[in-house]
Amino acid sequence: MRTNSKLGAIVLSLAGLVACRQDMHDQPKYIPLRPSTFFADGRSARPTVEGTVSRGHLNEDTVLHTGKGADGKPVNEFPFAVTKEVILRGQQRFNVYCTPCHDRTGNGNGMIVRRGYRHPPSYHSDRLRQVPHGYIFDVITNGFGAMPDYAAQIPVEDRWAIVAYIRALQLSQQASINDVPAEARGQLGGAK
Amino acid sequence: MAQIFKKTTNYFAQTMVFGAVVVVGLLGWAVDRTSRSDYTTRAHLEREQPVPFSHAHHVGGLGVDCRYCHTSVETSSFAGIPPTKTCMNCHSQIWLTSPTLEPVRASFRTNKSINWVRVHDLPDFVYFNHGIHVNKGVGCETCHGRVDKMPLTAQENSLQMEWCLNCHRNPEKYIRPREFSTTMGYEPNGDQEEIGKKLIAEYKIQDARALTSCSTCHR
Repeated sequence: MRTNSKLGAIVLSLAGLVACRQDMHDQPKYIPLRPSTFFADGRSARPTVEGTVSRGHLNEDTVLHTGKGADGKPVNEFPFAVTKEVILRGQQRFNVYCTPCHDRTGNGNGMIVRRGYRHPPSYHSDRLRQVPHGYIFDVITNGFGAMPDYAAQIPVEDRWAIVAYIRALQLSQQASINDVPAEARGQLGGAK
Repeated sequence: MAQIFKKTTNYFAQTMVFGAVVVVGLLGWAVDRTSRSDYTTRAHLEREQPVPFSHAHHVGGLGVDCRYCHTSVETSSFAGIPPTKTCMNCHSQIWLTSPTLEPVRASFRTNKSINWVRVHDLPDFVYFNHGIHVNKGVGCETCHGRVDKMPLTAQENSLQMEWCLNCHRNPEKYIRPREFSTTMGYEPNGDQEEIGKKLIAEYKIQDARALTSCSTCHR
């Protein structure tokens, strides 16, 4: 009987060691990007089957999602009203995603270009000032020339906000003193 | 009847009584220090990655915004590790022949993921959402430290519960204006506690009672 209780005590203290496992810390569930041993490619997040449309993502509004009209040509209108908030949002997103190459003024002398990326055209050429809004949206969405597409990084509404801000940038580089309200002109040091 | 113990044994007994207090105290101190040490929390430990990605170069040197790569940080619980495509946005033309970047190019060619090593790993029983923190004025830097000065990424803080509660108890010491959320090296324009209190009202941040309720983080 005594040896039995001794044995029991040893087993109990060994069981105490088991408590050092981290089962609750690392639960057998998928959190974002946790690898899977079940799927051959090791990804727990599965790519959608080709042709799948997520609920609410039929994207029937072609102007909003492609920047093109029914005739397949880029539209020269915005799918929603451009307010000051939209332009400010566009400015913020432009500074995050576009300035690495296009720089904050749109001249195309961004840091990545200075490190050897192909120089993008300036926004302030006559050609790019004439292109319709939908064209700029399409370039952001699908890329153009050396520029990769940004569809995965920038949601649709933000892309349009960036288009609005690029339009504002283009205006800013063509502005003359006549565009400044008379009472504010004195605040511009060195303006002619 | 002869004494069982000699007289000198008294010293033993005395030393044992007082020694026990010291030993237990020392043990407690050692456990406390160990459980909070970098060794346990893995803070300041640079992990080896398949590609030695440098935040110091990309953020500090080139000025790329956090959100260029971590696109979902404002809208999702998960900040997002960029897909290989994001790397290739620039590296399709820059550092084109660098052997260091071969795993990136290989991943792009073969469509196989790069196995980045996770640096910040919260226990699975903790609910954490990046979006709410960034939108309520917690800067990236507040938790992740000066990432723009990290050649290899390391965890800056312990990520222990007492560390989370530091801020959940006194958010006014840390909250900054939203527009500076990704700024590195932010300096408050005035008194931090005053600004913090103002922002807490403006952003409708809940009081410490709600922020420290168990179910806020363990749900």
